[in-house]
Amino acid sequence: MNTTVSIPASTVPNNRVSSIKIKLSRDDYTLRIGLVLLIGLLTVFVVFPLYSLLSKSMEDMDGNFVGLQNFHEYFQTPALLISVGNSLSVAFFTAMIVLVLAFIYAYALTRTQMPFRLFFRGVALIPILAPSLLAAISLIYWFGTQGVIKSWLFGSSIYGPIGVVMASCFWVFPHALMILITALSTADARLYEAAEALRTPKWRIFWTVTLPGAKYGILSTGFIVFTLVITDFGVPKVIGGNFNVLATDVYKQVVGQQNFEMGAVVSLVLLLPAVIAFIADRWVQRKQVALLSARAVPFQPKPEPLRDWLLFGFCSFIAFIFLAMLAMAAYASFVTFWPYNLSLTLNNYDFDLMDGGGWEAYYNSIQMAIYCAIFGTGLIFIGSYLVEKARGVTWMRTLLHLIAMLPLAIPGLVLGIAYIFFFNHPDNPLGFLYGTMAILVISTIIHFYTVSHLTGLTALKQLDPEFETVSLSLKTPVWRTFGKVTLPVCLPALLDVASYLFLNAMTTVSVVVFLYSPETMLASIAVLNMDDAGDIAPAAAMALMIVYTSATFRILHALFSNYLKRRTQVWRNR
Amino acid sequence: MKIVFHKLGLFGKSVLGLAIGIMLAIPASAKTTLTVYTAMEADMLKEYAAAVKKDLPDIGIRWVRDSTGIVTAKLLAEKNNPRADIIWGLAATSLMLLKTEGMLEPYAPAGAGKLSAQFRDSANPPSWTGMDAWIASICVNTVEATKNNLPTPTSWMDLTDPVYKGHLAMPNPNSSGTGFLDVSSWLQLYGELGGWQFMDNLHENIAWYTHSGSKPCKQAARGEVAIGISYAYRGAKSKAKGAPLELIIPREGVGWDMEATAIVKGTKKLAAAKQLADWSVTKKANVLYNKGYAVVAYPGVAKPVKHFPAGILEAMIDNDFEFAAVNRKRILGEWQSRYDAKSEAK
Amino acid sequence: MPESKQNYLRIENLTKHFGDFVAVQELSLEIHDGEFICFLGPSGCGKTTLLRAIAGLDPQSSGRITQAEKDISNLPPSQRDFGIVFQSYALFPNLTVFQNVAYGLENMKIPKPAIQKQVNDLLDLVGMPEQTDKYPAQLSGGQQQRVALARALATSPGLLLLDEPLSALDARVRATLRHEIRLLHERLGVTTILVTHDQEEALSMADRIVVMNEGRIEQVGTPEEIYSTPASPFVADFIGVMNFMQGEVSTSGKVLVGEKTLVCETGEIPHASKVRLTVRPEDIVCSAKAKDIINSFAVKVESLEFLGSFCRLILKGPEGFGELMTDLSTQQVHELNVSPGTALTAVFPARNLRVFQESS
Repeated sequence: MNTTVSIPASTVPNNRVSSIKIKLSRDDYTLRIGLVLLIGLLTVFVVFPLYSLLSKSMEDMDGNFVGLQNFHEYFQTPALLISVGNSLSVAFFTAMIVLVLAFIYAYALTRTQMPFRLFFRGVALIPILAPSLLAAISLIYWFGTQGVIKSWLFGSSIYGPIGVVMASCFWVFPHALMILITALSTADARLYEAAEALRTPKWRIFWTVTLPGAKYGILSTGFIVFTLVITDFGVPKVIGGNFNVLATDVYKQVVGQQNFEMGAVVSLVLLLPAVIAFIADRWVQRKQVALLSARAVPFQPKPEPLRDWLLFGFCSFIAFIFLAMLAMAAYASFVTFWPYNLSLTLNNYDFDLMDGGGWEAYYNSIQMAIYCAIFGTGLIFIGSYLVEKARGVTWMRTLLHLIAMLPLAIPGLVLGIAYIFFFNHPDNPLGFLYGTMAILVISTIIHFYTVSHLTGLTALKQLDPEFETVSLSLKTPVWRTFGKVTLPVCLPALLDVASYLFLNAMTTVSVVVFLYSPETMLASIAVLNMDDAGDIAPAAAMALMIVYTSATFRILHALFSNYLKRRTQVWRNR
Repeated sequence: MKIVFHKLGLFGKSVLGLAIGIMLAIPASAKTTLTVYTAMEADMLKEYAAAVKKDLPDIGIRWVRDSTGIVTAKLLAEKNNPRADIIWGLAATSLMLLKTEGMLEPYAPAGAGKLSAQFRDSANPPSWTGMDAWIASICVNTVEATKNNLPTPTSWMDLTDPVYKGHLAMPNPNSSGTGFLDVSSWLQLYGELGGWQFMDNLHENIAWYTHSGSKPCKQAARGEVAIGISYAYRGAKSKAKGAPLELIIPREGVGWDMEATAIVKGTKKLAAAKQLADWSVTKKANVLYNKGYAVVAYPGVAKPVKHFPAGILEAMIDNDFEFAAVNRKRILGEWQSRYDAKSEAK
Repeated sequence: MPESKQNYLRIENLTKHFGDFVAVQELSLEIHDGEFICFLGPSGCGKTTLLRAIAGLDPQSSGRITQAEKDISNLPPSQRDFGIVFQSYALFPNLTVFQNVAYGLENMKIPKPAIQKQVNDLLDLVGMPEQTDKYPAQLSGGQQQRVALARALATSPGLLLLDEPLSALDARVRATLRHEIRLLHERLGVTTILVTHDQEEALSMADRIVVMNEGRIEQVGTPEEIYSTPASPFVADFIGVMNFMQGEVSTSGKVLVGEKTLVCETGEIPHASKVRLTVRPEDIVCSAKAKDIINSFAVKVESLEFLGSFCRLILKGPEGFGELMTDLSTQQVHELNVSPGTALTAVFPARNLRVFQESS
């Protein structure tokens, strides 16, 4: 029913499959070049090292291909197999304990009118500011052979699974708590009103409404805690004693025996549970999104004195333990000679006299954390911008997104060892990076890439997708809109990413433990090495320096975010 | 295309930024910087570095420090692509092994002739030159010993007494040079069979094997264990800090090893490496070594070290370095299979 | 309003697939210079797809688009000449009203004072003077859309694309803005395409309406044409309220519905064809007494619905007529004393009856 004269079909190519080729604009070129660069960059720094790791695991010492022989040898070594069992059981028990404790804690924070909720929340986040080693060191002072309350263990030794589980619980707690708080915050009040209207008893509401609502959050927490613990290296190294786990095996093979091939094999074994947990978590997350799509009315908890005070007691207990852990390490770092000379001194802070890199390590750490925050945030945000905003070339955007998701499944230790193989290879033109600050920065950024990438994506998705279209119609180049609109609007998210990268760069051990060189010694590694050399008090002192620095940074970040919020609230208020 | 590159600015900037970051991270060096692999104690490195800096201003030092076993393993692993220019302060047994692997550059440092004969590689020119000897010792925490009713051991054999069960720590010989010299000395003292038998018994009492050679003594100092098998310098140092330690020289005699210097074959900075090697045999250097070691290579330099147990020099066994170096790999393998695998049961 | 009937935008055989789904099929259309055109249709009819193809945002699978004598089929959006306004306003939240409007101008190397003047003029034009320093979040929806309009017009585009610009606003603001956009168009004479699913909006604003359904054009015409002479049952149904009756052409000019015959224009529809007969509620004339004229039938009132200025009656007609709607003024209802069950006579004027052949 066309009312206009129809044009003879021959003048128009009538190709049903392919779209008309639109000439690429400068913006398209810019974005595509960006995509290619970033995909290239991530391929070099994620995919290639993993490939090196895989191929190394199938080589003998002289670099000949031997297939699965190393794996065969691995599974013939009882000591190494025992580690698999140890790793699994420690990770499992920690996950169970943390799940229960963090769930109750999160429940108290989100679903009750318990007093001092903000304080409790703050205290529970302390471990994020410290390397995982801090908990282990503190436990030695509490429960070690010369521990203050050693007798509380009824003769069991803290050096071993007990210590590993206790210390792990401490440092993974905030990670679990944050997910559970999110899961519990998204309750739909209408369900509770409906249940109460039906005169459902409180415990039944809990089992039929609260728990199922948080189901996916709980599962997700379980997976994440499990992965964090099984891939953590610092805690079992410090307090594991002779209790070997997969992560310490990798370290022993690579650093202790320089048996890189076997190190590659063990790290691939370590990769397996991490990948499974990653896939399971992705699956759970997808389910969760579906659950939340319904329009919910936010839940407002009502005061209930008995419950609130019981939970107050529980939270106080947990918070007390957390503070005690920190306080003990802080105290011990000032003690002259534990346990024989308890007079206070600053000698333990004289890092230059210790095995571990001295104060320089501390400054290196700060330097590295700043580099990570600046370059990492820039790179990752540009990456998420390209994934979200580049026009056309869907396959490239999907590819970039997929590669960006990969690092979440790779334990830091595995990434580190993969970097040795890739960058220390004599034929690698990027070999000059090996042993430099740059490789520490790169590996750290890559290790924490995924979470930052997702934060960036979330922020970008909240922007009106038509901003770019409007800019196109106004003949404004894409970078101008990026600079004038996208960046300012996403600034809070960018600050969060920068802060996340900074804190993790300060505290991470596993990703850099194979990659540091004498010039680029880091504070977290210094903690490890000083403990290794038996200088546990200076190790505690250095760990605390990290805590102080991270805390200062956090406070600065909060102040700046607040300032920004106040400054921009005129246009942010909706 | 000009326009394209103009637009590239945004990404260009970030990539460039990264590149600049990389550049900044590589220290600009005008002087020759030597990569020095060492297993010397960390608290001594600063002093050595300062002395070198004064005497050899054109040479910078980049230390790569770890335990003896690890430095050795690292050197072996890097055999085809060596990163070290010179090794300064590694167990002579390890250097002998590296020599047989053909990894050392034979060089007689100026003045090497003045060193005691046993502190030199017998070949001419020598592949390595000795610095000092470090000597095994038992660190006993007197407070903990009393608390646990532990008798003070007087011999290695005493340590196998079940009364010490769970109160002993010793370094893992695979990673620690001290651990290795202990094992090698026991095999020399008791013979191959008796040595392993002794270690089997000792293993029953060991609480844990540490990665570092000084850690057992540091742990004994802190009371984490009652008794640490370590070496004299570390014990003396801890004692100086006020630890309730007693250093025991076992009756049977104590194992020891030399710390030595050698140039890595294939270094691109041979001239500088030779300069450093020359300096390492000077009297001045030996005076420095004497701060931590009772026995040094330069005759007449050694003065008694504070807190060192009396009679320790006399107790040094007649060490067969040849035996230790040749059998190193086998011994470590044997140890690994006997104790590392069983360590889980502990 | 410029009266030149020159073609400004020409779309030839445009097709757009999304995978297997054909969003727009072999569509051709010409838009005159200075015209105000509405793409009207239910959601999913392809109107937005067509708009985005014109802008180059989602390039067509095949077909050609010519704007001002220039083939723009292959040009990226940034090299086409258009301004665009979205339902979501898409105002930059961190920029003030002034900065938003000046956004496109700042790119054209215009001296600052000139920008200042132009922005103020534009804001005057859209009725937003003296709000220059406010942020979008401080404005109402209607105000934001005015700013968005000013921003789109700032670069003096040859073509203004409005993608459901009023759909997010409440009814009162929508009516005002509808009128103002129309006035603005008359002042500026910029060729404008409005995409909407709201027929009232289309009827009140457009010079011509393009009614679309399932990726095809159903009808193109002035609002009057579309309303009074719909070209298809779809258009008839979609625009306004319509009564449908099933029938069959008995002889030329006569259609049999049930057992009654209606006189109407049957055109070239052959005998015995199944047809659909349409009549608008307001075209049915009701009276209390039987009338002896053609197309008059006895009907009974089933129910009536009070709709303010008028009442809508549901009538039961003769066998085969089904339920019919008719609108009576409140006054008429009183005069005829209508209540459920009242018997009336309804006249179906032949000129108001339209016949569509049923597609077999």
